[in-house]
Amino acid sequence: MNVCRILMTMSKEPSKQNKTRYIIIAVVIIAIIAGAVAYQSMANSSSSSSASQSQTMMSVSSIMSSTEMTSSSATMMSVSSIMSSATSSPMAGGTMPATLPTVALLGAGATFPAPLIQTWTVQFNQMYSGVTISYNPIGSGGGIQQITRKTVDFGASDAPLSNTQFAAAPGLTLFPETLGGVAITYNLVPFGLANGTVLNFTPNVIVGIYNGTITHWNDPAIAAINPGVTLPINLITAVHRSDGSGTTYAFTNFLSDVNVNWATEVGYATSVKWPVDIAMNANGVGAKGNAGVAGTVAQTPGAIGYVDLIYAVQNHLGVGAVLNAAGNYVSPTLQTILWAAQNATGTPNPSDLRLHIVNAQGAQSYPIATYTYMLTYKDMSLNPDLTQQKAQVLAYFFWWEIHGGQQYSTGLDYVPLPANVVAADEQMLLTLNYQGTQLLPSSLMTG
Amino acid sequence: MQTQQARRSSQKHGASPSSLLHIALGIAAVAIPVITVLLVYEIGNGSIPSIQAYGLNFLFTSDWDPFPANGGPPILGALPAMYGSVVTTVLSLIFAVPISLGVALFQAELAPRSVRAPSLFLVEMLAAVPSVVYGLWGLFALVPFMRVYVDAQLGSKLGFLPIFAGQTDGIGMLTAGMILAIMIIPYASSVMREVISAVPTSQREACTALGATKWETIKTAVLPFARTGLIAGIVLAMGRAIGETMAVTMVIGNVARISPSLFLPAETIPSVIANEFTEVAGNGVYLGALFELGLILFGMSFLMNLVGRVIINRLGFKTKQ
Repeated sequence: MNVCRILMTMSKEPSKQNKTRYIIIAVVIIAIIAGAVAYQSMANSSSSSSASQSQTMMSVSSIMSSTEMTSSSATMMSVSSIMSSATSSPMAGGTMPATLPTVALLGAGATFPAPLIQTWTVQFNQMYSGVTISYNPIGSGGGIQQITRKTVDFGASDAPLSNTQFAAAPGLTLFPETLGGVAITYNLVPFGLANGTVLNFTPNVIVGIYNGTITHWNDPAIAAINPGVTLPINLITAVHRSDGSGTTYAFTNFLSDVNVNWATEVGYATSVKWPVDIAMNANGVGAKGNAGVAGTVAQTPGAIGYVDLIYAVQNHLGVGAVLNAAGNYVSPTLQTILWAAQNATGTPNPSDLRLHIVNAQGAQSYPIATYTYMLTYKDMSLNPDLTQQKAQVLAYFFWWEIHGGQQYSTGLDYVPLPANVVAADEQMLLTLNYQGTQLLPSSLMTG
Repeated sequence: MQTQQARRSSQKHGASPSSLLHIALGIAAVAIPVITVLLVYEIGNGSIPSIQAYGLNFLFTSDWDPFPANGGPPILGALPAMYGSVVTTVLSLIFAVPISLGVALFQAELAPRSVRAPSLFLVEMLAAVPSVVYGLWGLFALVPFMRVYVDAQLGSKLGFLPIFAGQTDGIGMLTAGMILAIMIIPYASSVMREVISAVPTSQREACTALGATKWETIKTAVLPFARTGLIAGIVLAMGRAIGETMAVTMVIGNVARISPSLFLPAETIPSVIANEFTEVAGNGVYLGALFELGLILFGMSFLMNLVGRVIINRLGFKTKQ
């Protein structure tokens, strides 16, 4: 409105004044840009010390190697060798059909696997140009709700569905399509901790921090498990997710698994009531999304938080090693999370693929990890939007996800599915049907 | 004459342009109140499960545990969110009202023409910045600034006061109030400037003729004349502040806690809804509670508008021409 007024008064005035006014506005805009540039360069020069430190910070792979505790041979394993060890089943490229009909499919759900699922939809479209799949990352709860109401063709959720949730959607089934680890991340460089220092955490210390009984970094409980590290005297700010999240589910699932008090007082869910928030003299902070937690930790000296692995790596934050079931301190890497998955899942039951892999056995298993799930109806005709043709394409998409699609995992810091889970997924996918007609040919199983 | 004839003929023949205009405007005028009523109805309808489960306790308890460890029904109370909303809004008004008034007076009364245009342009740019950008800027620029230069200083000098006690992370109600203030200044100052500009020149001239200085003119002639409009500007800004979501969510710390200290994290009603809505599937009481929070927010802004209106009516008669 006011802009209009200015413009109107401008147009009424003689052109000379008009010109000066434009010049002034232009000068102001240039001044703002110049100011912003100057501010930026000042900020850069003032933080040059930390910038040079972050140069010594490492790429993803060197974080993996520098934080690896033992077994240097394992550290040398390249990403591709992780891949080959993980998915020993043959790539399904050869057995997939050469063409698929032109259909559009819609999915919605968890944000955590969204980058991977969106990569899959693009790659699948390149293989089968007629197939358009869109995925809306609206959150796990939203995904469950939408597939229950049959407003989408498939859903995705980080937390496995409860029995109550299954009861609300008769015929719904799920299978894990990828997995990821949850990293403990902290910001102590401003308090004098050397950059890249890996702190050790026991489950009880993490519980203590998040229930507000451990309030300072130099608490004896932290010092005892970090010999040789000079811990600052400062207060701990415990950062957690403020929105419901599969990351919170995995993290609290781990804490409940290892600490009986946590299990009875807080429990595990996609969002919980954090005791540290209301504890006297302790400081809990909630932040929205993985990016919010990583950003808040990065902005707050003395903060600790939990995020999906990739966010800790990207933000150049300290990443802690966590005591696992075998009694070793293990840092989160794609390899240690894969070991956890392989050791924890045994032989999954194809009729119920809800898997718990926190606190897994195995000397080098990272203890905080979670599968994330695709949701679909076993008899796809239950979903009124799906014709038999669409259902078949969707089934092929699922099949391709757990085979050919897995090659995109490591590039995006997801862990490829271990072979035992792929095998169980295959069994489940072969039971997908349309009014009793099996959607995928059994001949897909060549292994 | 001609227009009267036209109106008469339109009444006779029905669908003339003028009666079409009447219908169109009538629809527009009715639509918005209808939407408001439907909105309240839907929100009220959605909150029934929560109202049945908690009753008035919802307004007076401060526990917020959607998934209790014992697997029981959610334990939810709205008090911390209501408290956070009120405190951040009041804080933002404390910061924003004097500055807005200053900006408005400067732009309307004092600024030379060459300065006024850029000044208008820049202040209005503030209103065009999306709220999530304010949030990002808040988290990465304002929070460190507050931590180092404001919270730490206040905490060390005035830490004996309960409102300045506790840990000074820069994430909390004070920072939220600050960022809200920046966001509402363009709204408040724009309304205030219009109102001040609308004060008749004769008022100012009369004052000047009596020998008043610029400041005395503003104090005795302009501000009293404009005060109802100034309050309307404040009410508008308040409505904007209490409903702001994204920017507040990113800097307030999102913790269901009632503490006197302005440094500590808290939550507001919109931030709770934004945080929890995505994961609320299949849980009638939980979803209902979020709806009820919306209803409470609606009630709070309604109340604020009402108070503003009462004040305007009280003051209004003195300035009638």
